[in-house]
Parts: sequence; C-alpha cells; structure tokens
Amino acid sequence: MSSQATVHHDHHDDHHPTGIMRWLTTTNHKDIGTMYLVFSLIMFLLGGIMILGVRAELFQPGLQLVKPEFFNQLIGVHALIMIFAALMPAATGFANWMLPLQIGAPDMALPRLNNWGFWLLPPAAILLTLPFTLALFGIGDGAIATGWTFYAPLSVQGGIGVDFAIFAVHLLGVSSVLGSINVIVTILNMRAPGMTLMKMPMFAWSWLVTAFLLIATIPVLAGAVTMLLTDRHFGTHFFDAAGGGDPILFQHLFWFFGHPEVYIVLLPVWGFMPQILQTFSRKPMYGYKAQVYSLWAIGILALVVWAHHFFTVGMPVPALLYFMYSTMSISLPLAVLFFCWIATIWKGSLTFETPMLFAIGWIVLFGIGGLTGLVLADVAADAQYHHTYFVVAHFHYTLFAGGIMGIMAGVYYWLPKMTGHMFSERLGKLHFWLTAISFNLTFIPQFFLGLAGMPRRIPDYALQFAEFNMISSCAAFVLGLSQLIFVYNIISCVRGGKKATNKVWEGAEGLEWTLSSPPPYHSFTEQPVVK
Amino acid sequence: MASVNQREKNSQPKSNKKLVIRLLWLVVAAAVFGFALVPLYNVLCSVTGLNGKTNNTADLSKTVVDKNRLVTVEFTSTVMPGLGWDFYPQQNRITVHPGQVETVNFLAKNVTNQPVVGQAVPSVSPGQASLYFKKIECFCFQHQELKPGESKVMPLRFYVSPSLPQNIGTVTLSYAFYSVNK
Repeated sequence: MSSQATVHHDHHDDHHPTGIMRWLTTTNHKDIGTMYLVFSLIMFLLGGIMILGVRAELFQPGLQLVKPEFFNQLIGVHALIMIFAALMPAATGFANWMLPLQIGAPDMALPRLNNWGFWLLPPAAILLTLPFTLALFGIGDGAIATGWTFYAPLSVQGGIGVDFAIFAVHLLGVSSVLGSINVIVTILNMRAPGMTLMKMPMFAWSWLVTAFLLIATIPVLAGAVTMLLTDRHFGTHFFDAAGGGDPILFQHLFWFFGHPEVYIVLLPVWGFMPQILQTFSRKPMYGYKAQVYSLWAIGILALVVWAHHFFTVGMPVPALLYFMYSTMSISLPLAVLFFCWIATIWKGSLTFETPMLFAIGWIVLFGIGGLTGLVLADVAADAQYHHTYFVVAHFHYTLFAGGIMGIMAGVYYWLPKMTGHMFSERLGKLHFWLTAISFNLTFIPQFFLGLAGMPRRIPDYALQFAEFNMISSCAAFVLGLSQLIFVYNIISCVRGGKKATNKVWEGAEGLEWTLSSPPPYHSFTEQPVVK
Repeated sequence: MASVNQREKNSQPKSNKKLVIRLLWLVVAAAVFGFALVPLYNVLCSVTGLNGKTNNTADLSKTVVDKNRLVTVEFTSTVMPGLGWDFYPQQNRITVHPGQVETVNFLAKNVTNQPVVGQAVPSVSPGQASLYFKKIECFCFQHQELKPGESKVMPLRFYVSPSLPQNIGTVTLSYAFYSVNK
C-alpha cells in the first residue's frame, strides 16, 4: 500500500465535521462501530441497575422495596434492554469495527445505511424506558410489565408501556435488518482479492449466519407485535379468544423469532472466540471447516425448534417429541464447536492475558449453560423446570457467560487495536475473577432454587428459598459493581496508556493486525491481496 | 494495480445494489411468512384440534351409543375481567357413555346494575378431544344478555363422539365468558 495512494483516496473525506456532528453524520465504519459499542456499554449498565433493583427486592421474602407492578416492569425491560440494546449492538459494533479490517475492505458496503441503522437505536432505548418517567408524572402505569416475551392476552390488556415497547421493537428490528443487509453485502462483495469464502476469518462466517437468521426472523417478530398492536387498538382478534383468536398463536410467532434470537446473540461470539483462543495458544485454529459447517447447521436448526419454549401449553405428543429431538440435535454441531475450541488450545503454548482468561472462563461457563439447556429440552423434565429459576439460571449461563463474557473477551482482545493503548492487565484480571466468581455465586443458587420449585417473575417467595436468594442477591451486587472496573479500564485505556504495537498480541493472526494501532481513519483504500 | 482497483470501484456499487434488492425481497418474504402463519396455524388447529377449539356441528343421526365405555366430562368456568357476572356449572363433572346425549345447566347472574351482553368461548382439554366433543345446543352459540340483577339457567346439550381415542378417559370443557362491548 503506497502512502501516495492513501492520500489520493482520502482527500474528499478530509473535511469531516468535528464534535457532535461528526458522530451524527459519520459514515465511517470505525466511528459507527465505536458508537454501537459505547451505546451497548451504557445500556448494559442501565439493564444491570434494573436487575439489581429486582435482586434487592428478592434479598428477603416478602415485599419490601418495590411494588409488584414495578417489579414486573423491571424484569421485562431488563431483558429487552440486555438482549436488544446491549448484546445485539455489541455484536454489531464488533462487526462494524472488525469485519472490514478482517476481510481487507475499506469500509462497510452501505455506509449511510450503517449510520441510520445506529441512530435508530437511541430512540428505541428511549421508547423502552420513557414510560418509567411518564409514570412519575402520572401518565400511564409504567413500562411494559409482561416480561420480555409480550405474551398475549396479558400484553393485549397491558397499559401504554406495551405500545411503547412495540414501537421500540419495530425500530430495533429495522435497525438489525439494515445492519444484517449491510453485513451480508460487505462480506459477499467487499473481500480482499484472493480471500475466498473458505479463507474468511471465522468471525465473518459467524456474522454471515447471524445476518441471515436476523433477516429470516425479525420480520416475523415485527409482524407478531404489529398484530398485537392492532389487537390492542384496532379491533382485530389475532390473539383474543373472545373474537376467535388464539393466545398460543402469539407464543408460536414470538418464539419463531425468539429461539433463533439466542443464536443471533451467540453466533458472533462463536466467531471471534476461536480467533482469541488461537492467538493465546500460538497455534492455528483447529477444524476450520468443521466449525463453518457447524455454524450453518446450528443456524438452520435454530429455525425449527422454537416450541420447546412452551412445552407446557398442551401440545400433541408427536409435536412434543419432534421439538424435543430437534432441540437436542442442536447439541451435536455445538459439541463439534466445543471440541474444536478445546482442540485449538490443546497442547498450545498458552499465556493467560485478560482476553484469554475470559475466553477460557467462557468455554467452561457456556458449557454449563449448554448442558442445562439439554436438561430443559427434555419434555418430561421440562414439566418440572418450566418457568422456574432453573430456566433463569440456564439462560444467564448462555447469555451472560456465553454472550456478555464472550463480548468482554472480544473487548479486551481488540481494545488495544481500537484505541492504540494497552489496558491495565492487573485491572482486567481483577475484573475477570470478580465477574466469574460472583456470576457463579449469583446463578448456581438459582439452579437449586429452580429445582426446588421457585417460580420466576414473582416478587415474593416462600421462606424455604430465603438463604439461596440472599446469596444470589449479594453476589449479584458484587457482579454489578465489578463491571465498574471494566468501565474504568476502558476509559483509562481510551485516554492513554502504554502504546500498543501493530500486532498487539504475540500470536495474533489476521489482516486487522497488519494495520497500525489504532488503525488509520480510512484503512485498506488499496485492498491487500490474500494468498 | 491502480486500474484494476478503479474498475472494481466502478462495478462495486452496482452489484451491491443488486444484492441489497435481493436481500430486501428476503425480508419481505419473511414478513409475508410471518403473517401467513396465522391462517396456517388455524388450518393446522382445525385439522388436529391443537388449540382445543370446538367448532364442530353435531350430526346426531349417525351416532351410536357405546355402552361399553365411560368417559368423564368435567366443566369449568371463568368470568373474564370487565363482565360483572357470576357464572358456574351446576355440576362439576358427569360420566357419560360415548354417543349419549346429555344436558348440563350453567347458572349466570348479572350482579351489576346495568344490562350486560356476554359471549362464552369454549375450550376443550386435552386439545385432541376437541374434535370429538359435539354440542347440539349451547348458550355459547350466540350472545347472551342479562338485565340488572337477572339470573338465567343456560343449558348445554352435548355428546362425546364414540370415536374418541381410547387413551382419553377425561375431557374437560372450559368456558370463558367475555363481555361484548357494543
């Protein structure tokens, strides 16, 4: 890449605005990626504060701090924010930052759409949380109180919070679909010469599957919540039994989206995690092809297993059996992935920098999430565990350990590349150990609570559950406060620190590590050739 | 190198546009599929009885009473929010031979001080049994109006089809009474 060519291609973008206008109008993939990641971090903290309110209420049996209605609002909005406003934007942020760098593209394929895709998110977040504030002024009765699943008929009867949430989901959906289209076009059209599909980084593969899943399922969710909206206000009866509708239909429509959604937030992590593992094992990724095929297998299976989320509504036995076996079959390609991840670090020369600590902790904890999912997939066992804290613990092992701790590994892995500075390893390791230990102390008791039959989404509980809930609440507060170390570490890394080298990590492989740290505002204006 | 790059730059936006349009069609197809699931689900339910709806018209002429078998039929009732009624079955369960026509009375009373119109919506559990639960006469066939303080005995005449699968011994019929806002 000659410096002359860079200057030539840059000149028309040199006068980009500064200050707030830079961020409002930017079409640069790194700027937009940064905005996604910052937005995600803020929402992660906001969703965390909400659930600490819930854990504070659950510290003791009885009702002490919040009213049951407010409790219901907190759990639902916590989930919506964590899934739609924290996890998904974090994954999209990484896609924006790293996909063009990893595949040697100068930018995302559709930069203006990219800008719009991001700026739909803050209004959506405001729509979700505004009803809390409105209720303080006596308008409406607060945010959506149905849980994040919007189940009818409760959501048909709910207050204005439901309408706000419906419109928020519409905006978030449009944003994700635009983001997905952008990712697919970028990956298929903008790869560096010589980079065939089977030479792509795993992160690109995983995002390709994710993007197709989003395109297949988000419109179904948008349709479902639109039907809900017309049921609420325009006299239709999609889910209203009085008018010949069926509330169970809503569960089918919702989980047709909802189950693939789990993989939508996890697949990007499965993409960059092998890259982190190979970096700190200093040996090539094991089973590249097997991993690619497994990602696709999981993506396709994810679309046909949704009804295991409501085994207890009363399905015919053949349907139960089908959804049980198809759900369990997902564990086969997932086991292939686990095998590849472990084989990648097998006999490598490992070092345990913060990203690697998170990666290894992630394999173990996500493994627990996967195995407990296998238990829930069993129709006979599910009758006991359904809607208990066992389910809550299970999906936090997949979505917090498997999702958010994975994202944290990615943040620590790429932060020096993005900022040009090394973060504090000492604080990073402290953050990891506090997070891993307090996470387990929060959720292992919840497995026991669920096995003992404590129902989820209820602000009060029987006395026999008191000790485990107390442990869980204390650990949850440690978990929440530990994240402040993460925030501090990121901020101080952005502001300064030891200069990062281009390669940052000794064993790092891939095109993003050939650029300077931080990479130039416009990178790969001359595409590199991959051999 | 530079010329190759230039050529790629020119051809890129066009092929991007083509791909974007194809992907947008995919989005449209997914949205259509989402809405198509509503009629598909209803068809599936009416074929399999999946959601417990009982939409069958009774045909008495072909029915033979199966004296060798007894089926328990249970009745439950729910008054939905917004309808100020008392509503309950006179008997909670009854044992019948398949094919035998029975009458069960439900009692309804308007406890408000204004006339109220309601509509009962039936549901049968287990769902598979809904195909074999035949109603001859039912208060759920039309709207019911009660004056302030008025009570009414609401009869249900039904039989259970002899072709009810052998593994089903108990059928539960549940009525939810909704208010009809006019």
